[in-house]
Amino acid sequence: MKFGRKKDLETTIESGENAIANKEVEGLSQGQIVLKRFLRHRAAVISLSAITGILLFVFSSLDMKIGPFHYRGWWKFGVDDLPELRYGDCPNGTVGCPTISLRPKFLGGAGIQLGQHPFGQDDIGRDYFALVMQGAQRSILVMVVIGIVAGFIGTVVGAVSGFYRGWIDAILMRFTDFIITIPVIIIGSVIGFHFGNLGILFLALYLGLFTWTGLSRLVRGEFLTLREREFVDAARVAGASNRRIIFKHILPNAVGVIIVSITLTMSGAILLETALSYLGFGVVAPDVSLGLLISQYQDSFTTRPWLFWYPGILIIIIALSVNFIGDGLRDAFDPRQRRQMTKKVRQQSTTLLNREAKSE
Amino acid sequence: MLAYIVRRLGVLGVILFGSSFILYNMAAIAGDPIGELRLSNDPAAKQAIIDLTLRLQLDVPPPLRYFIWLKGVLGIFVGKADFGLTRDNMSVFNEISQAIPITIRLVTTATIVAIVLGIALGITSALRQYTRFDYSMTFFAFLLYSLPIFWVAVLLKQFLAIRFNDFLSHSTVHRNSVLLLSLLSAIFWGSIFSRVRKTFWITFVSAALGTASLLLFMNQLEWYTNPRLGPITVFIFSVGIAFGVTHLSVGLSNRTALYSSLTMAVLALVIYFPIQSLFTAQSTFWQMILLLIVTIAVATGVSFMFSRIDRGPLIRTTILTAFLSASLIIVDKYMRTWQFYLKEDAINYRPVPTIGQVSDLLPQDDYWIRTLDILVHLFLPTIALTLISFAGYTRFSRGTLLEVLNQDYIRTARAKGLTERTVIMRHAFRNTLIPLPTIIVVDFAGIIGGAIITERVFGWYGMGTLFNRAITGQDLNLLMGVFFLTATLSVLANLIADLLYSALDPRIRVGAGK
Repeated sequence: MKFGRKKDLETTIESGENAIANKEVEGLSQGQIVLKRFLRHRAAVISLSAITGILLFVFSSLDMKIGPFHYRGWWKFGVDDLPELRYGDCPNGTVGCPTISLRPKFLGGAGIQLGQHPFGQDDIGRDYFALVMQGAQRSILVMVVIGIVAGFIGTVVGAVSGFYRGWIDAILMRFTDFIITIPVIIIGSVIGFHFGNLGILFLALYLGLFTWTGLSRLVRGEFLTLREREFVDAARVAGASNRRIIFKHILPNAVGVIIVSITLTMSGAILLETALSYLGFGVVAPDVSLGLLISQYQDSFTTRPWLFWYPGILIIIIALSVNFIGDGLRDAFDPRQRRQMTKKVRQQSTTLLNREAKSE
Repeated sequence: MLAYIVRRLGVLGVILFGSSFILYNMAAIAGDPIGELRLSNDPAAKQAIIDLTLRLQLDVPPPLRYFIWLKGVLGIFVGKADFGLTRDNMSVFNEISQAIPITIRLVTTATIVAIVLGIALGITSALRQYTRFDYSMTFFAFLLYSLPIFWVAVLLKQFLAIRFNDFLSHSTVHRNSVLLLSLLSAIFWGSIFSRVRKTFWITFVSAALGTASLLLFMNQLEWYTNPRLGPITVFIFSVGIAFGVTHLSVGLSNRTALYSSLTMAVLALVIYFPIQSLFTAQSTFWQMILLLIVTIAVATGVSFMFSRIDRGPLIRTTILTAFLSASLIIVDKYMRTWQFYLKEDAINYRPVPTIGQVSDLLPQDDYWIRTLDILVHLFLPTIALTLISFAGYTRFSRGTLLEVLNQDYIRTARAKGLTERTVIMRHAFRNTLIPLPTIIVVDFAGIIGGAIITERVFGWYGMGTLFNRAITGQDLNLLMGVFFLTATLSVLANLIADLLYSALDPRIRVGAGK
C-alpha cells in the first residue's frame, strides 16, 4: 500500500510539472511552439525589435540607386556631400563636433535637437551621420551575405556527409579540416589586400567561403543522429526516396541547429569584417564600413572622440542583438532545455507536494 | 592508440600540405613582390628586381617554387629547417623565432587569467542560476562577445592608461569615485551571496563599508604611489587563504588540513623578513623557480608530518595555500619596487604604457625593475585579450556545470548525505573541468593567430606584426612561415585536445569504431 502511495505521489508531481509544460503546447504546431518560446525570451525579443529598427533606420536614411530606381533617403546629406566644416562653437578648439543635444533646456542644455550634423563631421567636413549610416549598411550587408553563403555551404556539406556517411563523409570532413587549418583572418587578409578594390560583395562572398566549417560540423552531427531515428526508418520502409527523407524528414528537425548557428556565424561575421577593415584588408577607402571608420579615426580619440564612439557603439548594438536573438532561438528550438519555472508555478507544485505528503 | 595517433598525424600532414600549397599559390598569384619596382624609372630599381628575382627564385613558376619552399621546410626532420629568406634578406626562421616568445608572453598571461576568472564566474553564475547575478553575467558575457577588440583597446588606452597616469600625479581617489566603487562592490558581493533578503543586505552593507574604508585608508597612506602589503597584511591574507582553500577543498571540519594550511600562513610570516635579503637586484628567473620548488617541498613535508590518513587532498590543500602565500610575498616585493620604478627617468611617474613591449630606455641592471616593466607593459593587452576570451569560458563552464548538476551521480551524492560543498567541489566541479582542456588547447592555438589585432593596436613585435609585414610587403616566404606555424599549431592542438579528452573521460575512446 505504501509503495502504491509513493508511486501515486510521484505521478502527481510529474503530471503536475508536465501538465503545465504540456498545456502550453497543446494543439500547437512546431512553428507555433517555437514562436511562443522565442517570445518568452525577453532579451531576444528586445534584440529582435532593436535590430529591425536599426535595419529600417539605417537603410532608409541615405539615397540609394537600385537599378533604374532611385530612392531618396530622409537624411539631408550623402557620403559625397561636402558641407562646410563647423568652426568656433566646439570644445577645445576642435572642428566639426556633433550638434546632437539630449539635455533639455530646463536642465541647462541646448534642448533636445539634432542640429545640422548630429554626429559631427570628419576631417574634410563630410557629414559623419551619413558616413556611419553608410558604414552600417555595408557592415550589415557583409554580415547577411556571409550568413547566407556560410549557412548554405555549411548546411549542404554537413547534410550530405552526415546523411551518406562512408567515403563521401570522409572526403568532405577532411576538406572541412583543411579549410579550418587556414585561419580566416589570414586568408581574408591575403585576398583582401590584393582584391580589396573589387568591392563589398566580393569580400562578403569569399569570407563566407571560409566561415562555414563550424556550422557544417554541427549539421553533420545532427544528421548523423537524426538518420538513425525510427521515423526515418519508417519513411524508408514506406518507400521514400533519399531526397524526400532529407528534405521532408530530417531537415525540418535539424532546422533549429542550422538557424541558431547561422545567427551566431553572423554575429561573428560582423566582427570579422570590422577586424579585417581595421587591419586594412577588408573594406577599403573610398568605400566606408564601421570597422574602417574606427581604424581611420582611432588616433583622434583624445581630441574628437565622437568619430570613434558612434561607429563602435553601432557595431556593438548590432552584434549584441544578433547574439541575443541566437540565444533566444536556441532556447526556443531546444525542447530539452528546461526553462525557469515561474514563481507561481513553483509554489503551485510545492503546495501540491505538501498536500500529498500531508494526506499520507 | 599509437596506430590512431600515427594515422591522425598522417592525415594532418596531408591536410597541411594541401592548405599550404593552396595558400602559397594564391598568395603568389595575387601579389607581385616586384610590382612596385617595375613601375619605377630609377635605374637602381632594375638591379633590385634582378637581385630579388635571384634571391627569391621568382623566375620559377609558383607551383614549382612551392616545392622548393617545402623542401626547405621539411628540413625540420633532419635538423636544418630552411624557411627561406624575407625580402630584406633575413632568415624567416630567425624572424619567427624572435617573434614567438613575445606572442607567447602576450597570450599566456591572458589565457590563464581568462580561464581562472571565466571558470570562477561561470560556476558562480551556474550555482546562482536564474538570479539577478546570473542574468547580469549572461548579459555581460554577450556584451563581451560583441566587442571589437580594437575598439576596446583604444578605450583601455584612454581610460586605464592615460587617466591612470594622470591620477597618479595627485594619487587620491575622489570622494565620488569612492562612493561609486563601494556601491559597485556592494552590488557584486551582495548578489553573489544573496540567498535570502537578510544576507543580501548584510553582505551589501559590509561590502560597501569595507570597500569605502579600504579606499580611504589607501588614500591616507598614499598607497598608489607607494604600495606595499607588509608582513602583517601578508599574514592576515595568508590565514584567509588557508581558511578559504581548506574550506573549498576538504572542508573546515578537516582540522588536520586546516592546521597544516595555517602552518604555511605562519611560515609566510616567519620567512617574510629573511627572504627579503634574497630578493636583490641580481635575482634571476631561475632563483624564483628554485624558491617555488622549495616552497612546494616545504609544504609537502609539513603536510606529511600532519597527516596520517588520506594524505592526497591534504597535501594538495597545503601546497595550494603555500603557493598562494608565497605569491603574496612576491607581489609585496613588486609593490615595493613600484615607487623606485616610478622614479626611473624612463618612466617619470607615467607608468602604464599604451604601446610597446618594454621601455627601451630603462636600465636593465635591476631584476625587479626589469620584470616589473614587462608586467606593466603586459597590463593593457592582457586586459583586452582577457575581456574578449573570458566570456567564452564563462558561458561554457556555466553550461557544463548546469548539465552536470542534473546528472544522476549528483543526486546519488546528495542522497548519500554528503555536504553541499563536497557535492559541488568533488563531484560536480571536477566533471565540469573535463571538457575544458579541449577548448583551452584549441583556444590557445587560435589566439596566437588572433593576437594579430592586439599586437597591432599595442605595438608589439610578435607573430601578428610579422604577418602584417608579410602581407603589406608582399613577402611570400615570411607569410608562409607565419602561416605554417599557426596552421601546424592549430591542427596539433586539435589532436592533443582529442587525446586529452579521451584521457580525462574514460567514456570516450579515441580511434574506436573504425
